[in-house]
Amino acid sequence: MALAEVKPEQVVFSEKLMKRIEELKSHFPDGKKKSALITVLHEVQDEHQDWLSVPVMDKVAEVLGIKPIEVYEVVTFYSMYNQKPVGKYVFEFCRTSCCATRGVEDLMEYTCQKLGVGMNEVTPDGMFQVKGVECLGACGYAPMLQLGDFYHEFLTKEKMDALIEDCRAGKVEKLSKV
Amino acid sequence: MPKVTIDGVSIEVEAGTTILNAARQIGGDLVPPAMCYYSKLKGSGGKCRVCLVEISKGSEANPNPMPKLQASCCTPIADGMEVKNMTSQKVQDMRKGVVEFLLINHPLDCPICDQAGECDLQNLGFDYGAQTTRYQEGRRTFDRIDIGDKIQLHMNRCILCYRCTYVADQLTPHRDHGVLNRGDASEISTYISHAIDNDFSGNMIDVCPVGALTDKTFRFKSRVWFLKPYRAHRQCSHEKCNGQVDVWMFGNEIYRVTARKDDYHEVESFICNECRFDHKNNADWTIEGPRKLEKWSVINQGKYMKRTAEVNIDTEKALLLGRNEDRKRLSMVAPEEAKKK
Amino acid sequence: MGRKILTEHINVPGIQGYEVYRQHGGYRSVEKALKMTPNDIVEEVKKSGLRGRGGAGFPTGMKWSFIDKKSGRPRHLVCNADESEPGTFKDRYMMEKIPHLLVEGMITSSIALEANLSYIYIRGEYMWVYRILERAINEAYAKGWLGKNIQGSGYDLDLYVTCGAGAYICGEETALIESLEGKRGNPRIKPPFPAVVGLYGNPTVVNNVETIMDIPWIVMNGGDEFAKIGIGKSTGTKLISASGHIRKPGVYEIDLSISVEEFVMSDEYLGGMYSDRPLKACVPGGSSVPILPAELLFKTAKGEQRMMTYESMSDGGFATGSMIGSGGFIIYDDTTCVVRNTWNFSRFYHHESCGQCSPCREGTGWMEKILYRLEHGYGSQEDIDLLWDIQRKIEGNTICPLGDAAAWPVAAAIRHFRHEFEYHVRYPEKIKDRKHFEYEPWEKVKHLMGTKEAVAV
Repeated sequence: MALAEVKPEQVVFSEKLMKRIEELKSHFPDGKKKSALITVLHEVQDEHQDWLSVPVMDKVAEVLGIKPIEVYEVVTFYSMYNQKPVGKYVFEFCRTSCCATRGVEDLMEYTCQKLGVGMNEVTPDGMFQVKGVECLGACGYAPMLQLGDFYHEFLTKEKMDALIEDCRAGKVEKLSKV
Repeated sequence: MPKVTIDGVSIEVEAGTTILNAARQIGGDLVPPAMCYYSKLKGSGGKCRVCLVEISKGSEANPNPMPKLQASCCTPIADGMEVKNMTSQKVQDMRKGVVEFLLINHPLDCPICDQAGECDLQNLGFDYGAQTTRYQEGRRTFDRIDIGDKIQLHMNRCILCYRCTYVADQLTPHRDHGVLNRGDASEISTYISHAIDNDFSGNMIDVCPVGALTDKTFRFKSRVWFLKPYRAHRQCSHEKCNGQVDVWMFGNEIYRVTARKDDYHEVESFICNECRFDHKNNADWTIEGPRKLEKWSVINQGKYMKRTAEVNIDTEKALLLGRNEDRKRLSMVAPEEAKKK
Repeated sequence: MGRKILTEHINVPGIQGYEVYRQHGGYRSVEKALKMTPNDIVEEVKKSGLRGRGGAGFPTGMKWSFIDKKSGRPRHLVCNADESEPGTFKDRYMMEKIPHLLVEGMITSSIALEANLSYIYIRGEYMWVYRILERAINEAYAKGWLGKNIQGSGYDLDLYVTCGAGAYICGEETALIESLEGKRGNPRIKPPFPAVVGLYGNPTVVNNVETIMDIPWIVMNGGDEFAKIGIGKSTGTKLISASGHIRKPGVYEIDLSISVEEFVMSDEYLGGMYSDRPLKACVPGGSSVPILPAELLFKTAKGEQRMMTYESMSDGGFATGSMIGSGGFIIYDDTTCVVRNTWNFSRFYHHESCGQCSPCREGTGWMEKILYRLEHGYGSQEDIDLLWDIQRKIEGNTICPLGDAAAWPVAAAIRHFRHEFEYHVRYPEKIKDRKHFEYEPWEKVKHLMGTKEAVAV
């Protein structure tokens, strides 16, 4: 059910996640537990196929003791939260000036062509998605992309091919360890 | 008390007063317009930027002018401050710019908008807008969402003043709507279609400076300038509502009920939804008399309340004072008695 | 070779871990600071002349002295690690390589500000750096540098790292505070300033990563030593993140006293142009600052040598100068299309505008659309003037500096490269391919402009 809609009753936060949420809440003074929201949403998104459905957001609101609208407001403001299902491997290319001068546009076109999709589309097998995002802070290592928590820098077409192969073979780590 | 001079007019106000409120105490044409500031909503203001003014002298202690224009609604005055609003070319120029920004994505659907005639953006466009637009691209549109059977949300018209979110935060038990997304995609929404349903939600309609939130029970019923507003009241059982409203009538029929508004289009006291939506019957209200409107308001065009120069006719008073016999003979009725009748 | 204050130990193997860091003199500034009075530390920082490294260049010591200590409310120090300015990647490099230096700086600075609860706010994209910092903080807790009664001094400090989720605007200090409180990153209206009403309504100081990292050295060596480096009011060393068409992109620590020419051309630093094409323009301080054409980069308008200092870089104002900003140094060669690049920046600011105030919300989008038109050959001469007028009406009229940041690059591009905009208007067929300057650089086509034939076309 990689890309299926999450039903409200299916929303279960694992014990590990709940422990992590409690830990994050402990970083903030009493009465200010809402502060943990942004970090918590990252952790929750990682556990829920990289996107946040309404039931999931409602559950986050419940856990943090805030109103659902406060979660929706935050989720829609920040660009790293997905409100729709995404591919398993999302190549987020930085396309701002420095990367653009070093040829990221060619690389994006190449990747789209290779995967047979347009920008922001998910491949039919649900594996890949190509996105253009704004500056990721790796201007000196351009062109680059973000995949999960990690950056892949100084990209070339050959490196891109290898990365796609590695993803298919399940050899690419997406999450940094807690 | 600190003294501030706005467009050459000086006034002493309490420390901590904002420039806008000081200007309102003076009154008249020098008051900067405000689209997002609302004196009765804490935290509002600073967003629309139409109230920008030039501070040509910071204060007595530091007479340097401020390099940037300041939002008058959230800049506190300092003793000896000199402010230029209507007298500053720069301010007028920038205000035109801001109004242009507000209008580029506005649908300009005034002919079918219920707010037309009492819309702050219309007024602003009248004062500062250009005849033509320099914006060639398509205007921004949003998907419609339904927020219940009482309030109509037209996101395309919204200028994002955030007032309605403050109403929900400060007057109602909980807020179900908010500002979603970011940048020029920002919208007022409940995210999932969801009725905003609480006793005071109707006040969002009154605080909305444009036609983004309108009264569904009044939708397309009449143009506001065909109606006559009257001050009216009723005994309201809601603890936070004093039942003092304006009823908007056509003939003897009440078309809509709104809160009473002051010179700056701010409500005098917030009213409950029951008063607003559920009492359209004449018998429910005690009518106090017609409401005053600004002379230039389009709603005055009904001409029913045109104020003429006051002429004192003292004949009766002067000639017949104390002469009841004569009065009877002339079949004239004393003014006091006429009132009683 | 210049002085290395921040990057001295950066290549020591294992410096990411506590033990190696401690062996190389780590956490000594905390020991020293605990024996000093907080005001003495602030005085040292004032003496150092250290200026905020996040972009605005406001003197750090002065910022610290503004914090409200009288009200008795709890104080907070927040480190701004939301590095998102295009062209800038120095903080990430430092945090990744030597995280304990930031932790040490945070402790020392918190002592100076008498703060007992401090945060590092890092951008969400740097998730793996977030984990590195978390690990470093945990090590510091374990070794008694954080928590209750630090090293038996009676001073308590809690330090946590928290993250954003992809919003450039959260680099603005009040937006950062809002975001840290778990809200949308809408900048607050100032005054009140964070030094009086900041995080949770308490007095707060927000400093850039690099600024905080300078503090341990200043405490150890004294403010005067720091002030000896550099020229005039530009003291100490500065990290410059260099990118674009240069041979050796990366992060460099420079004394604020070398010339721009040396920095760009010498092998010690950027090593000259990548693929030996001529230099066209430079954005010397991150995307927000005005772009400088080649002829104004090495020499100021007065003909003096331009130096890597705050003052020299801004010599000539915006008419012929720029700013050192956050140190995001982007070099462009003659294959770059300035119109396309400006459109690229505009798209960035349009994407990142928070949407709170009208000039920025509407203006950034409008500018992007016009620049898109110009870049794709649908522009007109009036569009250039319109663009100029829009940027003028955004600048200075917004709640936060993002409006200015969006307006400046557009203004500077029109100011210095108006001919390229006009070229786009007059020869739409020639610029259809985005690589048109790679095939035919400006030098080869400039004869088309300014002649009568060209006007007739």
